[in-house]
Amino acid sequence: MVAQDIALELPQGVRFALIGPNGAGKTTLMNLMTGMLAPDSGQIFLGGEEITALRPHHRVKKGLARTFQINTLFPQLSALESVTLAVLERDGHAHNWWRGLPRFGAAIDEAQGILDSLKVPGTRVTRELPYGQQRLLEIALALATRPRVLLLDEPAAGVPKDESAALFDAIAGLSRELTILFIEHDMDVVFRFASKIIVMVGGRILVQGAPDEIARDERVREVYLGKTHA
Amino acid sequence: MESANRHFSEKVRWRWLEVAFWLCTLLPFVVTPNYLSLASQIAITALFALSLDLILGYAGIVSLGHAAFFGVGAYSAGLLAKHYWGEPLAGLVVAAVAAGIAGYAMSHIVVRFRHLALIMLTLGLGLLLHEAANSASGLTGGADGLQGVRVGTLFGFKFDMFGRTAYAYSLAVLFVCFLVSRRIIHSPFGLALRGIRENATRMPAIGAPSRAHLRKAYTIAAVIAGIAGALLTHTTSTVSLEVLSFQRSADVLVILILGGAGRLYGGIIGAVIYMVARDQFSGINPQFWYFWIGLLLVMVVMFLPNGILGGLSRFFPPKT
Repeated sequence: MVAQDIALELPQGVRFALIGPNGAGKTTLMNLMTGMLAPDSGQIFLGGEEITALRPHHRVKKGLARTFQINTLFPQLSALESVTLAVLERDGHAHNWWRGLPRFGAAIDEAQGILDSLKVPGTRVTRELPYGQQRLLEIALALATRPRVLLLDEPAAGVPKDESAALFDAIAGLSRELTILFIEHDMDVVFRFASKIIVMVGGRILVQGAPDEIARDERVREVYLGKTHA
Repeated sequence: MESANRHFSEKVRWRWLEVAFWLCTLLPFVVTPNYLSLASQIAITALFALSLDLILGYAGIVSLGHAAFFGVGAYSAGLLAKHYWGEPLAGLVVAAVAAGIAGYAMSHIVVRFRHLALIMLTLGLGLLLHEAANSASGLTGGADGLQGVRVGTLFGFKFDMFGRTAYAYSLAVLFVCFLVSRRIIHSPFGLALRGIRENATRMPAIGAPSRAHLRKAYTIAAVIAGIAGALLTHTTSTVSLEVLSFQRSADVLVILILGGAGRLYGGIIGAVIYMVARDQFSGINPQFWYFWIGLLLVMVVMFLPNGILGGLSRFFPPKT
């Protein structure tokens, strides 16, 4: 689980797919970007501002949000409570211990709006939601932080193929202002939703470019596509 | 959007069962006037358990050294009453501030750890404080306890031998602290604490400063524990070294688990059952009473993993 010699630029509004075989360092790269791992060397910038030394929750405040490959939710909170919490944290209200939650109507309404847009029922307790809706709640929580850059670690992991299309339609429907980087193994999905593709192998970026360039690239065919299509 | 707001306001609303419960706490004055001292002890223990519930039940911080703050509060109130000022309400404030400072200082260490390390750490800090108080016998009276605590009158009422004033005082303070705790858990901060308990990994990923939240929760819990300690000093006019003991830390944990953590009333119900059982069983056989508590604890953990209140809540609509 290493990543080295990474030189990567994510211009605003571009939808990147990060692909590569298992153990290529895709999630490691995401952990480095979000601050969940500290790099031994190198720098990370967000909108021109260096964030290398910032703790994860400070990076979120700057507009860098992520989701997790394995559901990392609040099992006993309802979906609405979870997303409301994220909105309250973003607006700096979560330190407030003297006012009742019902008084924060704007935050609650915004959370409900995010859940409605992803068609997740808000009043149900998270652990009782169907798996596919839990995957959507992963995204809803990230959106509630109002990110500029959204990192999605295998958003459709474990979702049946016929449902994953709907999930990616929801992702495709997000604001065009938002920069998105998603890790995905299903090449149909990758080529349909990504405007750029980054290929990682052995902890390094092998190649990055537009989908048709990647599809033609000999090295990619050899080390990655070659394996799956052989 | 009206329904979204109702999702939250329903949980904040007072239930009839709660109103009935608090009315029942007045019954000892009429029904068991000979047991008011015990009732006062129960209210104090319930307050102590409530303070643990804020960190254990809501924020998920396990502690085996919570008596540290109870003890700091008890000694602060005792020393104040002995040397300077016997009026109890001032003692409560001083105890709350002293315990809060101790809690805030310790929170910087405590929030960095979880699981077994956290249990050992809180245990160690609790033992440290206990031995410190033991060796500082010039100040604390050491193993003999702090003698000569003179508690003044409370709004003109003396602390009588029947415990009328003691129970009224303890119950009133318990109720006020309960109201504050109830407000906290239904606030944004309370929701953030439940978030930390439910998933500590996710919290930073939604931009939450988990450690700052935990430091605050730990400090608030220490303040309430300190108030409970001061109540014990005021109602018994003495401070024994036992207020800082490991036994007290362990007992309050047992009480909270028995009653049900994370539901506010768990500590209170647990305290009633535990203290009444101790009173009754130790009357039958003073050496043996902990056997029954042990048995009860094993039964509850095996068959009612969410405590007695968790088991009962199957018959009543959930509180949180």
